[in-house]
Amino acid sequence: MGTSIPVLIVKRVGLGLLLLLAVSILIFAGTQILPGDVAQSILGQSATPQALANLRAELGLNDPAWLRYLHWLGGILTGDLGTALTSRQDIASSLWPRLKNTLFLAFWAAAISVPLAIALGLIAVRYRNGFVDKAISAFALASTSFPEFFVGYLLVFFFAVKWQFFPGISTVYDGMPFLARMQAIALPATALTLVVLAHMMRMTRAAILNVMQSAYIETAELKGLRPIEIIRRHAFPNAVAPIVNVVMLNLAYLVVGVVVIEVIFVYPGMGQYLVDHVAKRDVPVVQAVGLIFAAVYIGMNIIADIVAIVANPRLRHPK
Amino acid sequence: MSKELEYLSRRVLTGGLNRRDFLGRAAALGASAAFANSLLGSAAQAQTPNKGGILRAGMQGGAATDSLDPATWASQVPYFFGRQWGEQLVQLSADGKVNPALATEWGASDDAKVWTFKIRKGVQFHNGKEMTPADVVATMERHSDANSKSGALGIMGGIANVKADGDTVVFTLTEANADLPYLLDDYHLMIQPNGGKDKPDEGIGTGPYKVTVNEPGVRLGGEKFANYWRDDRGFADQIEIVVINDATARTSALQGGQVDIINRVEPKIVNLIKRVPGVTIQNVAGRGHYVFIAHCNTAPFDNNDLRLALKYAMNREEMVKTILQGYGSIGNDTPINKAYPLFSEIPQRAYDPDKAAFHFKKSGHDGPVLLRTSDVAFPGAVDATQLYQQSCQAAGIPIEVKREPGDGYWSEVWNKQPFSTSYWGGRPTQDQMFATAYYSKADWNDTRFFDEKFDKMLFQARSELDPAKRTAIYRDMNVLLNETGGVIVPMFNDFIDATGPKVEGWVPDGNQEMMGGYALSKCWLKA
Repeated sequence: MGTSIPVLIVKRVGLGLLLLLAVSILIFAGTQILPGDVAQSILGQSATPQALANLRAELGLNDPAWLRYLHWLGGILTGDLGTALTSRQDIASSLWPRLKNTLFLAFWAAAISVPLAIALGLIAVRYRNGFVDKAISAFALASTSFPEFFVGYLLVFFFAVKWQFFPGISTVYDGMPFLARMQAIALPATALTLVVLAHMMRMTRAAILNVMQSAYIETAELKGLRPIEIIRRHAFPNAVAPIVNVVMLNLAYLVVGVVVIEVIFVYPGMGQYLVDHVAKRDVPVVQAVGLIFAAVYIGMNIIADIVAIVANPRLRHPK
Repeated sequence: MSKELEYLSRRVLTGGLNRRDFLGRAAALGASAAFANSLLGSAAQAQTPNKGGILRAGMQGGAATDSLDPATWASQVPYFFGRQWGEQLVQLSADGKVNPALATEWGASDDAKVWTFKIRKGVQFHNGKEMTPADVVATMERHSDANSKSGALGIMGGIANVKADGDTVVFTLTEANADLPYLLDDYHLMIQPNGGKDKPDEGIGTGPYKVTVNEPGVRLGGEKFANYWRDDRGFADQIEIVVINDATARTSALQGGQVDIINRVEPKIVNLIKRVPGVTIQNVAGRGHYVFIAHCNTAPFDNNDLRLALKYAMNREEMVKTILQGYGSIGNDTPINKAYPLFSEIPQRAYDPDKAAFHFKKSGHDGPVLLRTSDVAFPGAVDATQLYQQSCQAAGIPIEVKREPGDGYWSEVWNKQPFSTSYWGGRPTQDQMFATAYYSKADWNDTRFFDEKFDKMLFQARSELDPAKRTAIYRDMNVLLNETGGVIVPMFNDFIDATGPKVEGWVPDGNQEMMGGYALSKCWLKA
């Protein structure tokens, strides 16, 4: 007898949370073994021993590591990410707008790239090994093979400097009109689309082609269904699991891996925020951002698993 | 000649000619650089400023960790923004003189230990309160508190106490300092309501613009303060600073018209940028310089002959030509150049492989000399190190170059390792530059230069109110550094900013980049 879907989902989420807990321990341990004393790096070269001692006491650096970890974890569970060492601001409130910006850009990049990649993948299968297939593959692979900063600079050169269709810097801020905001992110969203497109498109193509070898596809063909109908109704649902997996991986990348694009387009997202704080050794911020990135990654993978389970009954009945 | 020069200077302002070419033409016509520069300045002033609009700058040097508290400032963007919304007691003019700002006049006692500043009346803070001598005193107290983390703590160290007396503020110093007015121009020492003791980062000052947008590391904005006390700055209705740390993005933002002014144009690309229609390169000689620093107390650099060998092996002209693309001037193994007040020429050291070889042999050192460098030491530092390696090679001095990672360079290599590359931004006065990095007890004595005679002269000059005598003392100090110091100064770098087609009113000001820090207050948008 198979397990019911809700139980499976609860199990997956529970596993994800355990994993997140493990990651939090890793992040904490990692930032502890970074060279240099936190108090020393805040106060800089002019630090007096007394000031160092005061600050160490204030930050609780004299407590044992496990106690500090529990304090930190307790804070996170109650929504308190702590205070930035450099600007003394509440991390949660300064991080939230940055996270929002990152999600905004990731959302629009995904909204363009995912349907586009899947559609291109389906078309490539339909005309497999023909000119269209090769052209699509060549374009997607080329755009992915270029380093993202190169794609970014090319877009800036043509669309911002030469023709001036879109702004070359994508500064967005609260209270910006929606259209102005969309215009601002046009170039970074395009660059991101080009970067993630090929991976998803190729995976879609490969997964569906794999299914196309099956006997039931042959049956469908013998029934006289149109090729695109076969792909849509029979092949795609059976190929959805690997596709969702790769889509989720790319979505996670759109959130956590876009530092370079953010720097090139001066987009105020999480990546730039993280880099600024790493440079200043602002450990609480680095920990918070690291944990959020880990949560996004794990969350996306849980979703991929669940979608795969729901879409494919076979996974619900482990042998 | 003057007719042609005037014509050329007007062409510079209208964008038909860039400053550099103008200075070149002026030199060809026999005018000195100083005269030509002043001509440019007067032509700019002759224009009538146009009011209104939004003036925008795209700048390197901002981060999400920035704050509006002046005590914490250490990078360009917060400092530059601060110059637009706040003011100090005094302001430096483009030619390096101290001008009145929130103080109207000042004077010192004969021993230069007691200074009295008369505070301007009728100046309003952005919160509507009038600025008083009590605010000035509170500001000075906050920055001189030993527990404060103010970047100005170092210069406040010599101040015993600050008291308000009627409409004046009296500074009593622990030891004489003829340069006090210069020190008070320091950007940290912006006058805040009650000295910022209540809310250091509330962003209330007396400057031409009040803070309306504060998104650290992203965007900063100001709106014209209606009750600002002077009418020769603050022409645009609004100002905006966009933080663009990527050099290519900064340039493209200027080309695309999203910003009107950018800072830090890389010397490598200056010649490409200046061909872009509408873009004007604004470069000015400053006090910033790049250094190769050897610790005078660490073997093998404790031997002056070896230090001299390393100095003679430096090809300064080549450095300026290659690393700065000509946007700079040669150094002379002291941190001081003619941009400083009370400067006096000393003999220029030239590249001389024979002398270098002679001193190297005399030093008795054998084997390679380890030199550490990094991309972050200064723009082009790694290339400069390789050039230096070659010019040393010609003198028979083997240099082993070790390239260090940028992350951690300032905490692990600079001021720790015996021979490395670095840069200095320069200071407003010779006294400050020496006190920061060459006084034997200075924290940042990064060449480990311990010379009692030098220290003595430093204090002697500080208490001397006669400029001629001070100039003579400073000359001796520079000679001493040049002959025995551990610093090798290949070049002084220009500040290179760039403006778009809509910007008018730019005047060269070498006190700092971006027109001495006042670009958004003193420039205006073309009508």
